[in-house]
Amino acid sequence: MIPEIEELYQEVILDHSRRPRNFGELPDAAVLVHGDNPACGDEIHLAVKFNGGGGLEDIKFTGRGCAISQASASLMTMKLKGKSRAEVMDMLQAFHELVTNDTSEAPQSLGDLRVMKGVRNFPQRVKCAMLPWRAVEQAFEQGAGEATVSTEPA
Amino acid sequence: MSAANRTLRRADCLLRIKWRTVVHRADYGVHKVIGSTVDWNALREDFPILREQAHGHPLIYFDSAATSQKPRPVIEALRNFYEHQNANVHRGLHTLSSRATEAYEKARKRVAEYIGAASADEIVFTRGTTESINLVAQAWAGKFIREGDVILLTEMEHHSNLVPWQLLAERTGARLRFVPVLDDGTLDLAQLPKLLTPEVRLFAFTHISNSLGTINPVAELCEKAHAVGALTLVDAAQSVGHLTINVREVGCDFMAFSGHKMCGPTGIGALYARKEILDLMPPWHGGGEMIVSVALERSTFKKAPHRFEAGTPNIAGAIGLAAAIDYLDGIGRAAIFEHDSQLARYAFDRLNELPRMRVFGPAGERGALVGFVMDAAHPHDLTTFADQYGLALRGGHHCNQPLMRRFGVSGTTRASFYFYNRIEEIDRMIEILHKAARFFS
Repeated sequence: MIPEIEELYQEVILDHSRRPRNFGELPDAAVLVHGDNPACGDEIHLAVKFNGGGGLEDIKFTGRGCAISQASASLMTMKLKGKSRAEVMDMLQAFHELVTNDTSEAPQSLGDLRVMKGVRNFPQRVKCAMLPWRAVEQAFEQGAGEATVSTEPA
Repeated sequence: MSAANRTLRRADCLLRIKWRTVVHRADYGVHKVIGSTVDWNALREDFPILREQAHGHPLIYFDSAATSQKPRPVIEALRNFYEHQNANVHRGLHTLSSRATEAYEKARKRVAEYIGAASADEIVFTRGTTESINLVAQAWAGKFIREGDVILLTEMEHHSNLVPWQLLAERTGARLRFVPVLDDGTLDLAQLPKLLTPEVRLFAFTHISNSLGTINPVAELCEKAHAVGALTLVDAAQSVGHLTINVREVGCDFMAFSGHKMCGPTGIGALYARKEILDLMPPWHGGGEMIVSVALERSTFKKAPHRFEAGTPNIAGAIGLAAAIDYLDGIGRAAIFEHDSQLARYAFDRLNELPRMRVFGPAGERGALVGFVMDAAHPHDLTTFADQYGLALRGGHHCNQPLMRRFGVSGTTRASFYFYNRIEEIDRMIEILHKAARFFS
């Protein structure tokens, strides 16, 4: 097997794409963000519930997409549950660095998310990995109700 | 093959077959065509890019429906123009300007011959299919379409034959109607009598679907449209480089196509329009080249086709397109169609061997492409995977979002072929897809 493929599609990623965690509806969600990647038709519907401190009490998603976007969403929701707004934004920044910057060391704080490092070798796939993160960013900005976010801003 | 299919084949795919016994042309060199037998392997030598490697593997280029590769005679024509003829057209009185003008207008004539137009005056050079359709949607439709008029399209149209009409509908209050697509990827022609009513002013449809490979019966569709007084526009982007199409035999009023999908350069294409229609159309872009005289308050315009070519045109592109046409005619489009559709049918059959595979479009005769979805892998994962083996596939919605929705998918993977592809490359694709199926399952 080709090393770049093995690095991009690590077993953990394939596992999360086949059996995504936190996949489903969140009936009492505060914000529902519909994210889409018009270039490929992929979509994610991210539902979040905030706790008293404005952090993430619960987070779930539905939708369909490639292995990278599905695994990214699954890993992200596991990582972000219980995190404060500031922590989420820091992590978004660190994750973006991870999948775009060739030289950056993967920070320990990212934990399992570091398996997404292989995406940096495939610039066309960065949007797939970032889609769920753009959705969660939008959820914080929105605060309540429904919103949409796209990899190709209109 | 059913009688209906035979008719379709005769009327639309193999119009005006002439197996050309092509003699060696001094400027083409290598390919050897003896009677109807083409040395397809030798033709590959004309395409320098096919010697490229991708990720350490020999390139397998299966994305010709997006853009074809360019043979040496086309590359040489561009070079020759810039080295020996480059000047602006139609206004200089010096030697180079006459050379450039002559070459540019000769290219127009060559395009006209290639599609069987009555004269070069029926050919407007554009940037490509998209611009050609927009020209019709603005210059023709802007003048002739009123609120309540209907533009009939099909569900399989490329966004370029959809969005310009949506914009027109917004501007004018015209309505859009769509011929549905059946599960086998063909048009539901049984619906035509209901859809083709006297309110229909234009029926615009693709010749070959860029996602499904379906070959539409263009001559029949034109005839039916004309019977209710509608004009017709054929989107020939996927067909004009692959098969013989004669606009007068098809009977269309407009035909749009791109140079870059038929071995020509990017940024050049053409709109064919019947002269009596073109003459009635007002200009759409204003500027130099398209005027007779200009005063501060108003201007008068040249006759068609120059009225529609404001500004310095893509001169080198037009000359490159003419070289591409010479090249394709040197091989013979009937032979190209036979070769490419055989590849596509072979790919269709072999793809169906794969587990949990859905292959789109008709099982029989088809254009030079095949779209598919594998349960095991999303189109984007599949194309990323294949690319690592040097195989260039295309994954996504292919500018066919409504059609994708019609089939309940967000996208497909597409393999599209041209005469420089070989059957062994399809075998290799199948091997790689088997690997992918194992990897992602």
